[in-house]
Amino acid sequence: MSAKHKISVTLNGKKIEREVEPRLLLGDFLREEIGLLGVHHGCEQGVCGACTILLNGDSVRACLMFAVQADGAEITTVEGIGEPGNLHPLQQSFWDHHALQCGFCTPGMLLTSIDLIKKYPLENDEQIRHGLSGNICRCTGYQNIVTAVREAAPGLRAAK
Amino acid sequence: MKPPAFDYVCARSLDEAIDALGRRPGEAKILAGGQSLTPMLNFRLAHPGMLVDINRIPGIDAIRDDDGGVRIGTLARHRAIEVSDSIRKKFPILTAAAAHVGHLAIRNRGTFGGSIAHADPAAEWPMLALLLDAQIEAKGPQGARTIPAREFFTTFLTTALGDAEILTEVKLPALPAKTGWGFEELSRRPGDFALAAVAAIVTLDGKTIKDARISMGGVGGTPLRAPGAEALLRGKPADAALFEQAGKKAAEESDPSNDVHATADYRRHLVSVLTRRALTSAAEKAAQG
Repeated sequence: MSAKHKISVTLNGKKIEREVEPRLLLGDFLREEIGLLGVHHGCEQGVCGACTILLNGDSVRACLMFAVQADGAEITTVEGIGEPGNLHPLQQSFWDHHALQCGFCTPGMLLTSIDLIKKYPLENDEQIRHGLSGNICRCTGYQNIVTAVREAAPGLRAAK
Repeated sequence: MKPPAFDYVCARSLDEAIDALGRRPGEAKILAGGQSLTPMLNFRLAHPGMLVDINRIPGIDAIRDDDGGVRIGTLARHRAIEVSDSIRKKFPILTAAAAHVGHLAIRNRGTFGGSIAHADPAAEWPMLALLLDAQIEAKGPQGARTIPAREFFTTFLTTALGDAEILTEVKLPALPAKTGWGFEELSRRPGDFALAAVAAIVTLDGKTIKDARISMGGVGGTPLRAPGAEALLRGKPADAALFEQAGKKAAEESDPSNDVHATADYRRHLVSVLTRRALTSAAEKAAQG
C-alpha cells in the first residue's frame, strides 16, 4: 500500500480533513468514506455521467479523478444543492415535470445541468440534448429531463 | 479500490516533475487531466508504479498569442480552448472541434497537452496538431526540445516523447491570409471517439488553391496527413469535382482497420465524403476571408 496523503476539502460547504490512499477515486471517497450516497457510480470510465459532481463550480466526473487531487477544492454533490422540503429550483423542476423514474442518473443530470445552464445559452431543446448527451438515462427517454431543464433555466439565470 | 496501487507525487514545478519521472524510468506516468488515464487504471489496463500529478504546476495552462499564432500550455483544459477569444480569432477550427471533445464534464478537466501526449489517433487535438504543423515543445532531463507534429506521433498511442520528458507547450504557427477551414467528424454518439474525422485548411489566391492541408483521424495508427490529395489540390481552381477527386485520393491514403464500431471499407468511404465536405467548407470560408 502506498503512503497516505492528508487532504482538506470543503464538502457541501463544510470543511473536512481525511487521510487517503492515492488510488482512492474521488467518487469512492465521497460514497464510502463520507457516506454521500448521491454520488452514483455507473460505468467508472467517464461515459455514463451518473457520478458527476461540481469541483470548484465545474462539473467533473468523480470516477475520473483521485480524492488526493481534490485537496483544497470545494466540492458540491447532490446532497449540497437542496433537501426534502427545500429543493433546489432544478430539483423542483425535475419533480414538477416527472423527469426521473428510478433516479439513478438524476444526481448527475442535476449537477451537469447546473453547469450547462451557467456556461451555455441553451437556446433550444437540441442544445439541451447535446449538453446532456454525456449523461445516460435508461428510464425516461430524456423528454421530461429536457423539459425540466428548459423550464428551470430562465429562473436559475435570473437568480444569479 | 479499483485502480492498482501507485505512489503519488504532486509536482510543484516542471523540474520537480521531470526529476520524479527520471527516478522511476518506465514506471512513472504523468497525471494531467486524467480523462484517458483514469479509465485505464480503473480497468487495470495500466499499472504505473508512480503517478506524477502536474495539475498544480503554475503557469503551464496559459494560452498566449505568439507572432500571429498561439502557444497553448500543456495543462490548458479543453474548455479553456473552447472559450478562448484568441483561439476563436486565429484558429476557429479548434473552437469548432472543441465541441466534439467528450462532454462538458470531460472538457472541464481534460487537457490539450494530455490529449496530444496520449496520442489517440481518433482524438481531435492530435489530428489538428498535425494539420496545423504544430511545434510540440518538450522538456526532459536533457533539457528542452521542439518536435514537429509530423515526427511526434509514431504509432498507436505512442509518441516521440522519452520516459522522463513532459510535453510543455504546443506552438501553432500563424496561418496565411485567405485561409479557410473545415472540420468534419462522424461518431455514433456525441462525445464518442470519431469513426472517422477529417480536418482541412485551404488557402486561396483568387479562385486558385495556393495551398491545402488535410488531416485524418481514426483511420490509422496515428493521425494522418493526405499528402497525395494535398498535392492534387495545389495550383488548381477550387471546384466541386476537384474536391470529390481529392476525397477519393485521401481515402486511398487512409489506413483504417476493422473493429467492432465499423469496417475499414466504411471508414474509407467516410474519409472520402468527409474530406470533400471539409474542403468545400474550407474553400468557402477562404473565399469570404
